[in-house]
Amino acid sequence: MDFISILSIFVMACFVGYYVVWSVTPALHTPLMAVTNAISSVIIVGALIAAAAAGIGGTGATSKWLGLLAVVLASVNIFGGFAVTARMLAMYKKKPAAAAKH
Amino acid sequence: MEHVAVNPWASLAYLIAGVCFILALRGLSSPATSQRGNRYGMIGMTIAVVTTLLTHVPMIAAQMQACITEAPGSTISSLPICGPTFLTTHIAWITVLEILAAIGIGAVIGLVTAKRIAMTDMPQLVAAFHSLVGLAAVLVAAAAFLNPVAFGIADAAGQILTVSRIEMGLGIAIGAITFSGSVIAFLKLNGNMGGKPIMLPGRHVINLAVLAAIIGLVAYFTQDQSAWVFWTITALSFAIGFLLIIPIGGADMPVVVSMLNSYSGWAAAAMGFTLHNSAMIITGALVGSSGAILSYIMCKAMNRSFISVIAGGFGAEAATGDGEAKEQRPWKRGSAEDAAFLLQQAEQVIIVPGYGMAVAQAQHALREMGDKLKEHGVRVKYAIHPVAGRMPGHMNVLLAEANVPYDDVFELEDINGEFAQTDVAFVIGANDVTNPAAKTDKTSPIYGMPVLDVEKAKTVLFIKRSMGGVGYAGVDNDVFYMDNTMMLLADAKKMVEEIVKSLD
Repeated sequence: MDFISILSIFVMACFVGYYVVWSVTPALHTPLMAVTNAISSVIIVGALIAAAAAGIGGTGATSKWLGLLAVVLASVNIFGGFAVTARMLAMYKKKPAAAAKH
Repeated sequence: MEHVAVNPWASLAYLIAGVCFILALRGLSSPATSQRGNRYGMIGMTIAVVTTLLTHVPMIAAQMQACITEAPGSTISSLPICGPTFLTTHIAWITVLEILAAIGIGAVIGLVTAKRIAMTDMPQLVAAFHSLVGLAAVLVAAAAFLNPVAFGIADAAGQILTVSRIEMGLGIAIGAITFSGSVIAFLKLNGNMGGKPIMLPGRHVINLAVLAAIIGLVAYFTQDQSAWVFWTITALSFAIGFLLIIPIGGADMPVVVSMLNSYSGWAAAAMGFTLHNSAMIITGALVGSSGAILSYIMCKAMNRSFISVIAGGFGAEAATGDGEAKEQRPWKRGSAEDAAFLLQQAEQVIIVPGYGMAVAQAQHALREMGDKLKEHGVRVKYAIHPVAGRMPGHMNVLLAEANVPYDDVFELEDINGEFAQTDVAFVIGANDVTNPAAKTDKTSPIYGMPVLDVEKAKTVLFIKRSMGGVGYAGVDNDVFYMDNTMMLLADAKKMVEEIVKSLD
């Protein structure tokens, strides 16, 4: 992909983000932060590339270990972020129909 | 371009992952669809990780070296030109195990933390998670700098491409700022560091100088890719993240946490540009705009400009101004029994929770009180100010944790008109967000901030630990001294529990 195609994806995604996020109900702003945090750990893709690259050359080995460390950090975020979001979202309950009107 | 031809199936998979992330956020438009949304997020992440693992199978170094010499100009991602048998017979299984172990370690830490964390500690947790994203971004950028060939961003001579250098420089700068800023935010929210702003003399000049240096160095990095340039950018960015957050006080934390959320997104996007990866770019843009919008909402809810929040120092004057201008005004003190009596007689009660409720962990007792009142035929509603608590939506999560149904919980603009027809406004641990001075007193530091009109209710019950303390803005609240206000001075949780007892 050339730079302009990538930039186009980025600009379009910013617009999508703008409209999608405004539609999020304020009551769910904390889960929103938790889940955005989890998905921004997609940076793990870069970490995996670094970790999987065989250490060709002197700096290759360092690069690999940095990658592995980044994989650990990003995994903490991915698993922790999605799990804590799921835990929060499970707590949001509607009024039980029976107790609503007395 | 020198960039390696990317497998079109891989690009498609990353695009699908990006769409899953959009659907994940879309699901949050209502609590009913939110859990499905979260599952989309997990699916997207799985697709991204599996795709990366399949297209970047670790190979034994010596063999790969041979393959590359055999087919000059190829790099790791185009290795299949060496033939499919090469792929299956020369997988570096040790590396595969290392990667799986790394994911496993992270998974255990993440899942245990997510399970154990108390809901009141959510702001700290989010700040800590942001710092991890920041640090991961720094590590990935450093790995790419050290081994550009593996990332497909090196030209034939082994130099990093100019465009990639800009992207990389920005990525590491934003990542490092996210990391050190989030660490400070975490320490402040977790109480390891005082919530009071710490003001360095001449900090604006220092900050601007450091920022200018970072920008200058990123520009210079395109000309000279020496290691010192790269590492100086990293070090300066760590420093600026620290310097930026240090002077910001506790009450402004919702903005800071949102802002760091935004930065973690931009860091991911910058790395996505470097790696030409659409999943990362889409996610980065989503997260970046999400954090930016949340910061905007928080600033608006405090009637403060983003710049003034970032400049910091809000709430620092409170401590000094305390002693002098303290006139004694009469106020009424009530007991739990008085409060219980008033609440029981009411037709409608609106509960206004604030940070104090979170600190006292009073949400469960509060829900019990609400249930008891409902048994007595009282209509109970909850009113949430956007900046109540330490992060966006903080109060909503705590009430949800205590099993308060979400259709009893209202946002400021939806409920503010109802206070006039309300018998009791029950304020628990909130202060500035109820202060009428924001509407009338032009000299007040919170003037112009939208507030909940609790003073319009027939009676105001105000739980507060003591009369001495003022809110974060350091402003006295006229509501305390009104004829129809009864102050309940005690720990929020104890007071609510006593009220519950008296309601029997």
